[in-house]
Formats: sequence, C-alpha cells, structure tokens
Amino acid sequence: MSRKKLTRRQFVAATAMSSAALITAPYVRGAYAAGKLSIGFWDHWVPGANKASTDLVNEWAAKEKVEVSIDYITSNNKKIELTAAAEAQAKSGHDILQMPSWWPQAYSENLEPLNDVMEPLLKQNGEVNGTVKYLGQSGGKWLAVPATPGSQIKGPCSRIDLMKKHAGIDVQEMYPAGGPPKADNWTMETFLKAAEACHKAGVPFGIGLGETTDSVDTAGAIFQSFGAELVNAKGDITVKTDQVRQAMEFYKKLIAFLPTDAPSWDDASNNKWLISGRGAMILNPPSAWAVAKRDAPQVAEQCWTHGFPSGPKGRFAPYLPYFWGVWSFGKNKEAAKSLLVHMSSPSSIEKFVAVSGGYDLPAYANMTKFKTWQEEGPPKGTLFHYPDPYKHQTLSIAASPAPPKIAQQIYFQATLTKMALRFARGETMDQALAWAEGECEGFMRS
Amino acid sequence: MADVVVEQGRVARATGARKGSSLRNTLGRKSTVAFFLTLPLILLILLLVLYPALYSIHLATLNKAMTKFVGLSNFTFLFKRETFWMVVRQSCIFAITAVVFKALIGFIVAHFVHNIPAKGQRKWRGMLLVPWVIPPAMSTLAWLWLFDPSYSAFNYTLSFFGVGPIPWLGDTFWARFSVILVNVWYGAPFFMIMYLAALKSVPDQLYEAAEIDGANWWQKIWHITLPMMRNIIAITTLFSLIVTFANFDIVRILTSGGPLDTTHLFATWAFQVGIQSSDIPLGACVSLFMVPILAVAAIFILRDVNKRGNEA
Repeated sequence: MSRKKLTRRQFVAATAMSSAALITAPYVRGAYAAGKLSIGFWDHWVPGANKASTDLVNEWAAKEKVEVSIDYITSNNKKIELTAAAEAQAKSGHDILQMPSWWPQAYSENLEPLNDVMEPLLKQNGEVNGTVKYLGQSGGKWLAVPATPGSQIKGPCSRIDLMKKHAGIDVQEMYPAGGPPKADNWTMETFLKAAEACHKAGVPFGIGLGETTDSVDTAGAIFQSFGAELVNAKGDITVKTDQVRQAMEFYKKLIAFLPTDAPSWDDASNNKWLISGRGAMILNPPSAWAVAKRDAPQVAEQCWTHGFPSGPKGRFAPYLPYFWGVWSFGKNKEAAKSLLVHMSSPSSIEKFVAVSGGYDLPAYANMTKFKTWQEEGPPKGTLFHYPDPYKHQTLSIAASPAPPKIAQQIYFQATLTKMALRFARGETMDQALAWAEGECEGFMRS
Repeated sequence: MADVVVEQGRVARATGARKGSSLRNTLGRKSTVAFFLTLPLILLILLLVLYPALYSIHLATLNKAMTKFVGLSNFTFLFKRETFWMVVRQSCIFAITAVVFKALIGFIVAHFVHNIPAKGQRKWRGMLLVPWVIPPAMSTLAWLWLFDPSYSAFNYTLSFFGVGPIPWLGDTFWARFSVILVNVWYGAPFFMIMYLAALKSVPDQLYEAAEIDGANWWQKIWHITLPMMRNIIAITTLFSLIVTFANFDIVRILTSGGPLDTTHLFATWAFQVGIQSSDIPLGACVSLFMVPILAVAAIFILRDVNKRGNEA
C-alpha cells in the first residue's frame, strides 16, 4: 500500500494558497446571516388572525435574513402571564414577548428601553392615548411598543331591538354609522334607567361582578366617570371620598338590575349571555358579536357596538392594550427592534385590523378610520364606533391613575367590584370603604 | 529486616483483601442495592421538589421587587391581612369537609363493590374509577358547564320541578358547596379503591367467628372492619388531606376564588397574589404557609400509624 508523503514545502504552499483564497473570496451572505429571533405572540381569539402576524414576520425575516421562530401563547388561564414571569425570573426566553396591559410595568427592570423605536413610530402613526403612555412608559423610557393584536375597547355592545323596545333607546341613531355620535343624553342616569327597564323585561344587561378583567374593566370605567380613585397618582389612598361614595351608590343600584349570578361571571359569561339572546347589552369588544355571527346570526344582526355612557366627571371607556416587549437579556435586540418597526407600520396595522375582523385596535391616533370598521356587518357599520373614531371618550384602564405597581394589584385583586358587591350585599358604606382602604394599604408594599 | 518487610506485606495484603470484601459486602447488601435502585427517583425529587421548595423559601424572604432580603416580614405582613385568615379558614373548611365526604362515600361504595360477585366486580371497579382517572382540569370544565350561569344543565333540570335557578357559583354557600362537590366527585374513587383493597385483606374467619358470637353488621364493622382498616384509613386520609389542601385546578376553573374571595384556597390565592399581582415573594409566603399545617396533620396521623404498627 503506497502512501503519499506531504513534504514541508507542499504543506507551506497549501496553507498559503488556502489563506489567500479565503481572504480574496467574495463575502457570501447566508440565508440567516443576521442571526435568529425567537418571538412569543399572544394566541388570538379570532380564528385565522394569527396568520397576519406570521405573514408579516416571515416577510420581514426574508428581507432581513433572520431565522425566526414564533410561539403563539394563549392567555387562557394566564398562560402568557406565567410565561412572562418565568422568562423574567430565568433571564432567558423569547427575544420579543407580547405582554398584556400591566406587564411592561411589572417587568420594567428586565425590558430593553424602546425610545428609539417609539419616537419615529409616534411621528409616523400619530400620538398614543394616555393609557398607553401610563402602561408603556416609565420615567420617560418606553418599556414596550403598543401591539395592535389583542388591544381592545370594552364598550357597550347593545341589542338594537331590545334597547329600542324596552328602554326606548335607538342606539343606531345615537351612534350612527359613518357619522359623529349624538350621545349627549347617553349618561349614567340613562344607562341605569335602561338597565332597570331591560331587567323588568327579562333581558338584563350582562355585566359581570367577578374577579376577571371584564368585570374589573367595567367597574373601572364607571368609577372613573364619577372621578372615584382608590389611590391617586401620587400614591395616596383616597378611598373615603365623596366621589367613591357616589360611584358605590350608583353601582349598588345597578347591581339590583343585573343577573343574580353575575358575581360568578368570568370573561366568557357575558359573551354567552349576549349570544344566548338573554340580555340587551354587554360591555365587551366585538368578539361576542363575531361568535354570534357564526353561532346565532339572528342575534348578531341586532348588535351595535358603541360608546360608554358619561358620568359627572366625563365619559370613560375601558381600554386594554397589549404590548410587544424586548427583554434586556435577549440575544438579538437590534433585529427585535427592526421587526417591531415593521409590525407597527401603517400597512401592517391595517392588515392586523382586517384579519381580526376589526377586533384589534391600534393605539395610534391616525389609525382609527380603517375601512374594516366601516364595512363590517351585519348590520353594516356595527363596528364603526368601536375604535372611538371621534375621540368621544377617554380610553382608560381600571385603577389608574394610581402608580402602576399599586394599580396592578387593585386591578387583579378586583378591589373595585368586590367593594361594590360588598356594599350591595348588605355591608354598610363605611364597612365596605374600610375594607377597601385596608386592601389598598396592603398594596403599598415595595 | 527482610522478615519484617514480608510480614508487613502480608498484613497489608490481608487488610486489602478485607477492604475489598467489605466493599463487595456493602454493595451486595440489600439496602445498598435498594438505595442505588431508588437513586434516580431521589435525584428527581431533589431536583423537582427539594430545589423548588428551598427556592420558594428564598423567594419568601425577599421584598416585593425581589431586590433585598427582608427576613420574615412578608409573613408578619400576611398575618395582618384579613383575606389571608379568610383563606386559611376556607382551606380548612374545604379540605376537611371534602376529605370526610370522600372517605365516607369511598367506604360505603367499597362495601357495595366488595359484596358484588367476583365475576362482575372488575367492571364496576373500572367504572367507579373513571372520575379519578380523567384529568381534573378537563372534568372540572365539564362541571363548569353544568353550573354555567347561562346554560346550566342543573338549573334547566331543576326548572321542571319549579326549583331555582340556583346561583351555583355566584353565592358564597353554593359556590363552596360546588367546589367541594366536584372535589368529592373527583377524589372519592381513590378512597374507594384503597378501602376495597383493605377490605379484601380482612380474613373471613374473623367475620365467621363474630357471627358465631352473634355480632350484628354494625358490631362487625365497628369491631373488625374498622380496626383492621385503621392504618389504610389513616394513610389515605393524610394523603388526601395534603392533595386537597393544595388543590388549585378545581377552584381556579370553577370560581377563580370568588365570589368575594370566599372560595380561595392557599394555592389559588398564592397564584393571584404572586403571578397576577406580580408579588412573587408574597405568593411564595402564602403557598409555604401550607407546610406547617400539613406537617402537624402528618405528625398526628403518622404517629398513630406507627403506634398501631408497633402494637401489631
């Protein structure tokens, strides 16, 4: 068996040639030259709505040569919150994680500041409302970018026929499709009278009094419309004020006209209430209407989404934005920021809105008049006023303006609905307020 | 000199041989083999139980922002909270009531099954175990639909008799009743199967002797069945008490702790405080509070089992 021997000369020559070849060779950009990016998105309720996110990400990834992986994480049973908590604790996980309203503030120490992303976006898409700033900013630092998918207003979704018949209110006339609202008389007093009339007629308003977000959001908007704050922006407890007492009195009257098992309602109960045809109104984004379109079309064609009634201190609507956050421990932050810019472009936002059938709400001022909301039906125009195109109400979140880390606890411990329910179930006003004050004192821990 | 070296060498070899054989003996001992066989499980427990337990103790000693050590002040804070004591009370009510009913129903059903002829018994045993083998999160969802405010099948049925509608999950009494009912439904088959196994091990001669002495059925149960099953009853009760105390899924799915927190248990409240309100140290404190309660119960029950074992 012959064996060719490599001489020293040959070795030196081969090494020199290889080095020269490597240096002079042209730079070949690989398919994934810009690295990898892992994304955790909220798993959308609306069937097929995840496709918009997947398409937009893939489109961006192909252009930027980034290898992407997407996990769609459900918010059922707080899976998305658990994921955020686990990743923050482990300092490892997705590069971009979609977070529900309170989470950017909760993990502010672990999030990459995104001012360089937000500032151009605000110039391009218009300003964002106060609630987005309250939840997404800390000390002038943008903690996360407002996400269109999942963001929602939980305004009234009324039955046109039942409201007209039992409460004498024409919701289509009050909130005409294609025109500004004529809702000066749509006040808390009118709302209460309508609730009473519909209750007497056997089709009560479906408003929950439980501990999940729909119940809490409604209570938040009602309290705010009376100017009632449990903790003010400075962090002082302000439970025992006239405004809180007024809001409690109003809620007690309202509770008398709600279904008896409303204290046990979760976020699905109001949807079922509307779809089953048992109620004249619920306070929810148009997901219930979207399901009714499929399961109970005769109900869907009588649904009209519109603005909240106004109280002595203004007209407030519950608003729940989602955010996209970039972990500070993420491995590809620049690519993450580039993707967020792409997903926040006007064309991407319009796509999100269209694919979700109008459910998803952009946070930006210039993005409230897309065709989707004008054209969705039946009945045509049912979603026209859903994004509040005439800036007719203040979009707010329950427990604000308390410092977010305190407000988050008021929100998730459902202090507002609990104190109203305690009062309605026989506790005196002073007892209910003392209980709420004790709870708020407990939330002051740092 | 040379003799000494040889002697030393012999001595050294002899010691080496003894050491080798003692290592062989140690390795060959049943307890050593048993230890090595259980080692994977021990490692698993260390990794999945002991480490998280120690980590949660560490978490419980941090402030809300998890930036500094605060000792036991989270616990002292909890002791001042009205809701915390309500949760303690409710957890006790829930666990004790559910375990008593599970034990009672398990005992009765085990007797029925025991008296079924051997041929058909297997089918009954299988059917009665169904609630226990279905994942509780799934079966509880089915219960949720039965209790649902809009579509409750129970209320629909009751309406034919002019009863209801009952706010199954909206009223404190009914909500507590519902979560206990589902827990009993889920857990009773475990008691049944354990008691059935115990019943089968009671020698028939004891019953025959008692019958000859003229004992009635109650005396047979009181003087033979119950004393013979005592250890099984104690261990089953302890096991079930621990699992029921730490229950999460049933309450989380049915009521989320409502109405007005009146169905919260340690685990569900810990989740609400720790995860939903982003106060992980306080959530860890709430869940750790189960440990002393269960430890006291375990000591009492296991001490009794030990005593009975020694008597035997």
